[in-house]
Amino acid sequence: MDGTQSLFQVRIHGRGGQGVVTAAELLSVAAFADGRSAQAFPSFGSERTGAPVVAFCRIGDHRIRTREPVTHPDALIVQDATLLHQVDLFSGLGAEACVLVNSSRSLDELGLGELTEVLRRDRLLTVPATELALSHTGRPVPNAVMLGGFAAATGAVSLASVTAAITQRFGGRVAEANASAAAEAFSSVRLQCEELARVATD
Amino acid sequence: MLRQIEGSRAVAETVAVCRPEVVCAYPISPQTHIIEALGVLVKSGELVPCEFINVESEFAAMSVCIGASAAGARAYTATASQGLLFMIEAVYNASGLGLPIVMTVANRAIGAPINIWNDHSDAMAVRDSGWIQLFAETNQEAADLHVQAFRLAEELSMPVMVNMDGFILTHAFEAVDVPAQEDVDRFLTRYEPRQILDPDEPVSIGAMVGPEAFTEVRYLAHVKQLQALDLIPDIAAEFAEAFGRHSGGLVSPYRSEDAQTVIVALGSVLGTIKDAVDEVRAHGDRVGVVGIETFRPFPAAAVRGALEHATRVVVVEKALAPGAGGILARDVSLALAGLPVRTHAVIAGLGGRPITRASLTELLGAARADRLEELTFLDLDRELAERELGRMAAQRRSGPIAENVLRDVGIVSARIV
Repeated sequence: MDGTQSLFQVRIHGRGGQGVVTAAELLSVAAFADGRSAQAFPSFGSERTGAPVVAFCRIGDHRIRTREPVTHPDALIVQDATLLHQVDLFSGLGAEACVLVNSSRSLDELGLGELTEVLRRDRLLTVPATELALSHTGRPVPNAVMLGGFAAATGAVSLASVTAAITQRFGGRVAEANASAAAEAFSSVRLQCEELARVATD
Repeated sequence: MLRQIEGSRAVAETVAVCRPEVVCAYPISPQTHIIEALGVLVKSGELVPCEFINVESEFAAMSVCIGASAAGARAYTATASQGLLFMIEAVYNASGLGLPIVMTVANRAIGAPINIWNDHSDAMAVRDSGWIQLFAETNQEAADLHVQAFRLAEELSMPVMVNMDGFILTHAFEAVDVPAQEDVDRFLTRYEPRQILDPDEPVSIGAMVGPEAFTEVRYLAHVKQLQALDLIPDIAAEFAEAFGRHSGGLVSPYRSEDAQTVIVALGSVLGTIKDAVDEVRAHGDRVGVVGIETFRPFPAAAVRGALEHATRVVVVEKALAPGAGGILARDVSLALAGLPVRTHAVIAGLGGRPITRASLTELLGAARADRLEELTFLDLDRELAERELGRMAAQRRSGPIAENVLRDVGIVSARIV
């Protein structure tokens, strides 16, 4: 009866121009393609290029009725690491939450070492999405790429559905390039997860 | 077929399968995506025959719709907020002339202070304009209501406004089954105007009416609104039969049959309220919710029927009549006149402030404990308001209120979350 139990809630942070709102939309389309119920919406700002932007996505197995912003996310996608010390990105995160940051640097280099005290180490992940986007698409837009990493990090959506959502949205070569970048992000994050799991069992 | 699409896209595609012959609108957030999508559908030749007319203002948009409708065309427009106010003279003319225009209002606050976010101030500003006003809870319903709106408008020869919450619905991606062309063609037959500007049978429309008949013409507008009260449930039932799902109607009760406390609300917040109701019910409190699907004409009998057994009614509304309080709450109170039901107005979600389940469950708790006043402002930062009142008491030139309050909050320009 309660449509909010079994809900997986995602908050996406980035800057205007990075496709934050599109990322949430694509994620909801991917979840829908997986046969789930999904809802995506932006944080309703008057977005400007470079300004901090937030978007939300809920994924569940029942009709999603709530319309409130996601304040207690199960997963956080940070598309722009320069936001890390500017915006209260980690507000409302539970101890089991997953964080995926767009960066080629390590957690310590990002100044996020302390996060391991409140969050599970094996759920603090990075992916060099901007670099991957540049090498595959020629443009530094990390949104679709990060969703590949997100699929590996959380299992909340399948990579196949992320690819399908990208194809449906962009079409042609842009879609192909983003899909291959997302696939590489998926592999990179999966490898990272496996390494962290090994460290945890050692 | 269910598709995961944006609310605006779903509405644009649905309007298109209703085969409007004239679409005329001026862009304003958060309505823009609807109009852009319709513009593309016309330009690409998917929506034919249809003329998309670019104009310089909302006033012109509604005026063109009036002309198009009077000439016998099925006419559509969409707007929001200041845009609706800018066209208000023509809004009254459309209803006064009895022209079946359909308009989407992507509900947004009205300035000043300027604010692009959602509330119901715009719809409430035209509640007495003579338009039928329907409110959508979800994007599926927003889409479906447009099909019903054209049917209703044309049967009664009066304009219908479909309200959908700006951003919250217009910009939300969720699963929507856009009505199929062949089904809509069966449901919505050819528009047969009651009045038409036809060179072969010339008439004039828009006579000046003096005291000798003005009351009668206005009375007839009232009678037509009352006829809509009978027609709306019939159309909703017929829609359910044709499309296999329920949308629209006068009121929509949820777990309210045995409820002692019932929340009443309009639009998309009903979803969050239903979640709050389930949570409170799980703790044993008998609470429920009644959504108002049709706000104008106001379905007083249906509202009374849905609420008469309750001991307490809490009207959560996204608009404020400064100096008076709730707007919807007054209509609900009148519908309950003579019954031992206490009505409370709760002003919430103004200018895009999120209405959270946590605040709603707290509200229901306050209602149960009899701590709810006649008028409450949900999540009001009283201290912030008191600070400005203090400044106003301390000095004559206290300055502009909005800027002062923003300075207290610590932000220079508006931002959310």
